[in-house]
Amino acid sequence: MTQSAESIEAGKTTAAPAEERPPAVKAVRKSFSSPTASILVIIVTVLWTVPTFGLLVTSLRPAKDVASSGWWSAFLHPSITFANYNSVLFESSFGATGGLMPYLVNSLAISIPGSFFPLVLAAMAAYALAWVRFKGSDVVFFTIFALQVVPLQMSLVPLLQLFSGGAHIGSVTLVPALNLGNTYFPLWIAHTMFALPLAIFLLHNFIAQLPRDVMEAAQVDGANHFKIFRSIVLPLATPALASFAIFQFLWVWNDLLVALTFAGGRPDVAPLTARLAQITGQLGSKWELLTAGAFISIVIPLCVFFALQRYFVRGLLAGSVKG
Amino acid sequence: MSDPVVVLADSTLSDAATKFTNAFGAIAAFLAILLIIFFAAGRASGRIVKPLANVIFLGPAVVLLFVGLVVPAVRTAFLSFKNDDSTKAVGLKNYDWAFTTSAIQHVLLNTLLWIIIAPVLTTALGLGIALLVDRMKRQAVYKSLIFMPMAISFVGASIIWKFVYNSRDPSQPQIGLLSQIVISLGWKHPPNWILWQPFNTFLLMVILIWVQTGFAMVVLSAAIKAIPEEILEAARMDGATGAKQFFWVTVPMIRNTLIVVLTTVMITTLKIFDIIRTMTGGNFGTQVLANEMYSQAFEQYNIGRGSALAVILFLAVLPLVGYNIVQLRRERATR
Repeated sequence: MTQSAESIEAGKTTAAPAEERPPAVKAVRKSFSSPTASILVIIVTVLWTVPTFGLLVTSLRPAKDVASSGWWSAFLHPSITFANYNSVLFESSFGATGGLMPYLVNSLAISIPGSFFPLVLAAMAAYALAWVRFKGSDVVFFTIFALQVVPLQMSLVPLLQLFSGGAHIGSVTLVPALNLGNTYFPLWIAHTMFALPLAIFLLHNFIAQLPRDVMEAAQVDGANHFKIFRSIVLPLATPALASFAIFQFLWVWNDLLVALTFAGGRPDVAPLTARLAQITGQLGSKWELLTAGAFISIVIPLCVFFALQRYFVRGLLAGSVKG
Repeated sequence: MSDPVVVLADSTLSDAATKFTNAFGAIAAFLAILLIIFFAAGRASGRIVKPLANVIFLGPAVVLLFVGLVVPAVRTAFLSFKNDDSTKAVGLKNYDWAFTTSAIQHVLLNTLLWIIIAPVLTTALGLGIALLVDRMKRQAVYKSLIFMPMAISFVGASIIWKFVYNSRDPSQPQIGLLSQIVISLGWKHPPNWILWQPFNTFLLMVILIWVQTGFAMVVLSAAIKAIPEEILEAARMDGATGAKQFFWVTVPMIRNTLIVVLTTVMITTLKIFDIIRTMTGGNFGTQVLANEMYSQAFEQYNIGRGSALAVILFLAVLPLVGYNIVQLRRERATR
């Protein structure tokens, strides 16, 4: 939720001057910190990290070691190999139809436009709702915001029918069958549609607070709405755009429901998550391959997370009711 | 490298090149169209300027939302009163099926267990960690490590935990961490965790808790830090320390945030789908509503039943999201 994201920022600013507080307060605070608390936190942190760490270690061990001993024994007899990654990505050993490479490419080819389209369309809508305005624009804004209550599950069946069969009223065809089965279009469009309520809400909050005099000065200079949008609104709204873009990229990258519904498991369009969910059942015992595959799918979100943590947290908290 | 591998790599490469060309081509085309429209519409003058700008800026989003959310949601509600190939109306039969078939009752019961247990444990754990970490040095390190699973997909998380829950005959060396731990603690013949009904549902909840605790912790930690130091000090002067201070001062002060976290995790939990699909496929008594909806609609092609389950899901989510939205409006109004 957004208020949570904002209270995080607030929390940071109130927490920062803690050093300047009177010594008495500091002493009280300190008396509450106990070694037990520290030990508990360290235990929890280890518990939270170990499963992922085990996955990484396993993916780097030779197949026969993985099958014959637990990953923790790798520290006694270390032997590292990248063969699992090679076979998982490029060879046909993984399932019937070749490696994961095509799916990795699909994940990127779905996630990048799937984040870009809603970002641009939402920024446009947010600008109109905040600055062009018309009678009823507040109603439109609140309606869009309220659409967040509709879970994805409510749209999947009709949307799939629309993509595959078109839309008809009686015998009148409104939209012909589009035959988009083997393209990314259904995925891009679905992700864009589902992202818009949250995106418009977030960007509106930010864009509505841009300084009025800058906008008015530009209008006085003769700039039209399109020029103002491109040369003033977009540059000034970059922090909000970045937060949403990162959130949406990870959301699309990690999504399974939309992917399965609109792409199934086909190598020409399906992303990594769909393929991995499909083969976990089939490949139950080949843990060295499964762990390598899983690690490939989580390494990009993890990089984004550690590199852009601040934006990521803001976007994620704001979007946690999405879907 | 042998020849076939090179050929394979080449075809993979050209495949990737085509796909990226498609993706970035689509972005470029999208931008080009927008720029042309912007340029053309920018030349307009007079009274149509404002309506035209509204149509161009707002139109695409409104159309997409209408086609993608409003119409489908209404249509799903409509389909839920029809039979499985949507050819004739059946009244409330699909809902009757959902609440009286014993398999679906079990699914609803599981879902209920999920939305009660997992969010409460997640919030409690998050609160506990937030309190403990509040006074620590270098808390950013611990926080970001505990928060890290939030970046991982539920599919990835499920594979990670499937490996933790891996189980073999006790005579063999174990490769699953959980089996190894309980065996070394003296439990000679641990069960096959994933098949261990009804406890397997709780083991699956652990995955959700693992992923979501970081979220609860980060939000609650910020709320705790926002409590004015004076209030805590005054409470201490009045003799409220330790547990007393926690229950009578800290918890009431962050009550709103606690409820928001709880409802947010509940919404995620209600819609949980990926974990079940990856871990058990809904077998072994672990099925939940969102996954049953998917399999009814898209695997068994029972459109009517699937739609009815989607509507039930929507009605269950509605009060939670509604609460959060009202809360959000109120907070925005007071600022």
